[in-house]
Amino acid sequence: VKRSASLGDAKARFEHLPRRSSAPVDSEGSLTPVGRMRARWRQLTQRALPPLIVTPAMIAIIVFVYAFIALTIWVSLSKWGSLRMDLDLREPFGITYQQMFAMPRWHANLRNVFVFTTLFLTSSIGFGLVLAILLDRKLIGHSILRNLFLFPYALSFIVTGIAWRWIFNPETGINLLFDGLGINHLITSMGGQPLKPGWTTDPAVLFSLNDWLGGIFPALKTASIQWGIPLALIPVVVAATWQLAGFAMAMYIAGMATISDELKEAARIDGANDFQIYTKIVLPLLHPITVSTAIIIGHVSLKIFDLIFAMTGSGPGFATDVPGIFVFDQTFKATRYNLGAAASVVMLILVSLIIVPYLWSNLRKR
Amino acid sequence: MKTKRKLSSPLTWLFLLLAVQIPFTAFAAGGDKKLEVFSWWTSGGEAAALDALFQVYGKADPGVEIINATVAGGGGSAARPVLQARLAGGNPPDTWQAHPGWELLGQYVEANYCAPITELYKSEGWDKVVPKTLTDLLSKDQQIYGVLVGVHRGNVLWYNKKLLQKHGINVGDKMTMEEFFAAADKLKAAGITPLAVGDSGIWASAQIFENVLLATVGPKGWNDLFNGKMSWEDPKVKKAAETYAKILEYQNTDHSALSWDQAVKAMTEGRCAFTTMGDWTYGELAKAKLKDNEDFGWVSFPGTDGTFIFVADGFTLAKGAPHEKECIEWLKVCGSKEGQEAFNVLKGSIPARTDADKSKFGPYLNWSMRSFANDELVPTCVHGSAAPASFQQALNDAVTSFVVNKEVNSFVKALTQAAKDADMTK
Repeated sequence: VKRSASLGDAKARFEHLPRRSSAPVDSEGSLTPVGRMRARWRQLTQRALPPLIVTPAMIAIIVFVYAFIALTIWVSLSKWGSLRMDLDLREPFGITYQQMFAMPRWHANLRNVFVFTTLFLTSSIGFGLVLAILLDRKLIGHSILRNLFLFPYALSFIVTGIAWRWIFNPETGINLLFDGLGINHLITSMGGQPLKPGWTTDPAVLFSLNDWLGGIFPALKTASIQWGIPLALIPVVVAATWQLAGFAMAMYIAGMATISDELKEAARIDGANDFQIYTKIVLPLLHPITVSTAIIIGHVSLKIFDLIFAMTGSGPGFATDVPGIFVFDQTFKATRYNLGAAASVVMLILVSLIIVPYLWSNLRKR
Repeated sequence: MKTKRKLSSPLTWLFLLLAVQIPFTAFAAGGDKKLEVFSWWTSGGEAAALDALFQVYGKADPGVEIINATVAGGGGSAARPVLQARLAGGNPPDTWQAHPGWELLGQYVEANYCAPITELYKSEGWDKVVPKTLTDLLSKDQQIYGVLVGVHRGNVLWYNKKLLQKHGINVGDKMTMEEFFAAADKLKAAGITPLAVGDSGIWASAQIFENVLLATVGPKGWNDLFNGKMSWEDPKVKKAAETYAKILEYQNTDHSALSWDQAVKAMTEGRCAFTTMGDWTYGELAKAKLKDNEDFGWVSFPGTDGTFIFVADGFTLAKGAPHEKECIEWLKVCGSKEGQEAFNVLKGSIPARTDADKSKFGPYLNWSMRSFANDELVPTCVHGSAAPASFQQALNDAVTSFVVNKEVNSFVKALTQAAKDADMTK
């Protein structure tokens, strides 16, 4: 209702105007029958046209988005576990979800998607902000640099994933630099072990909560997976940040352009230094930009599939497995359509947890 | 004026031309004899083998245009979703590649996507030359639903002959698990990684477990496990998991970054001594121009001598195939001696019939053919014959975890649960 308010305003603004210019009138100033019909027709089209234009899109969205969400929820509760479609409800109700939440692989998925989203959001927004501030300082060649930083965003995740898989290959990738630059020579001559990280092949989990909190929550000691930061996820975060930091930067540059120079100058006259200008004035004014960027990158992160599929797959011991890959494997390889659908529904809920409050607050503002 | 200018613009003419063109080309494509073959054979040797089969077919049934619908991706990981979508959408290819057993019967026949070809087995005389163990895995309710073109052996241990000789290790014509561990210890002490593994596709590791499992439970136990007579909680399965955990100590550390063929390369280049993989490895070895029994040697996977894990490839007849007559001719070629000989020499597998001309095949394939004719045949699980796709996936998942945490109990528990969910007792 509120969204159409502006349209109503416009109508109200024009309604008091005499319609001489368009509707024929007789000598007394009232409408002729022809004029009345035309006026009614115009009124009708004015009222009917907007819904008419919107209807096809509405129908498409209702069918292809909401009907399919409903169908997916139904499939997740059904017996459809082979190539033959079987939409009867599976007994007991919701058993597929129960089985899924008992799977160690699913536990690893939830851990990974949480860790990945947290690291990826902070690093891409952080780098994006730093780049934007540096470019805002009008360094030499800032216009070239601005494009250079944004270029990775134009690539598809598949390309990024394959390139970074080669870079982080422990035998042929970045590790050769440690030898080539003499870093390993230096370390071994000082009596240390040469650097040779396994990157995406390393199944280790950092900061494992299982041992730390095992005393408080005994369940953690016998948990099916290690709760912590899987080391193999770090290279994936690096690749994802490389691709999307430029996007965050572009958002911030756009935001900074709207902050007037008078504000900064006023602060400078009051004796604020550059650091204070950024922390006290620019950053607070950029808050809405940060929120929008976080929402956009956050939902990319929760749904991520292609980058990880191309770069590491499920990874050693599911170190880089995410719900997207789980859905693909269970649906098309295992032909457990109900299980794949159940995982999709959980993914939808995770994304909604981010998107819905954002949309809600936006609507409330209007 | 306005419309005239529009019509005279070159772009408009281009569109008009295209619009006229499209219906004509569509008609031209519709008329002739055609055959659509769906497979995931795209890599060097595989594509060449498929092409050889096409050539034999071209002679048998001339004038048919073959649509080679391949989707790249190891083991059909990318092809299967495409096939499933086409089948569900009622637009099947005439024939598609399928593994016998659960993949063919449980997925395609059960869902009513295949037409039986039982008569061909009699008219072409295949019932006399194809082993019954194989035809059983193509049959449901006395009807046969596919024809096999070639058979791979899954339980082979390959080794770098020169490297082993250098370290004074002799491999006879069979090997026990103890002998393998003794050799592995010796190599490890000499600073050589004993076993090359490339499990960027986790099925490669699942296949090692499959081999260890067969070595531990034997062919009878194998069949009992997969038809539900033996529990996956049996102590023997636990013992197999323990043995596998021990083998993990001997494999290369970068295994998860390598694919199976890169692991084979690590073996041939002498970075590792052994590798265990199905005999599609032979295609890689032949491509690298290495000599049987000179550069590389082979033996049944330790403890599995006398048993042949078969990974067979076959073709189906789609129910309501758009070009049924051509497709039946195609299946006749697939089952023929001539077709199988042309195909398998290039694919590095052996014919699925026992009367093939052995002189056309090299030393390794002759060894495999002897084993195929004399040994006990058991179906592979990792490649979809012995168990449903859901169990296959669960095994892959369980192995993914096990390679890292080596927890025997949770491994066995996961397999037991999967066997229960998949209802394999049928």
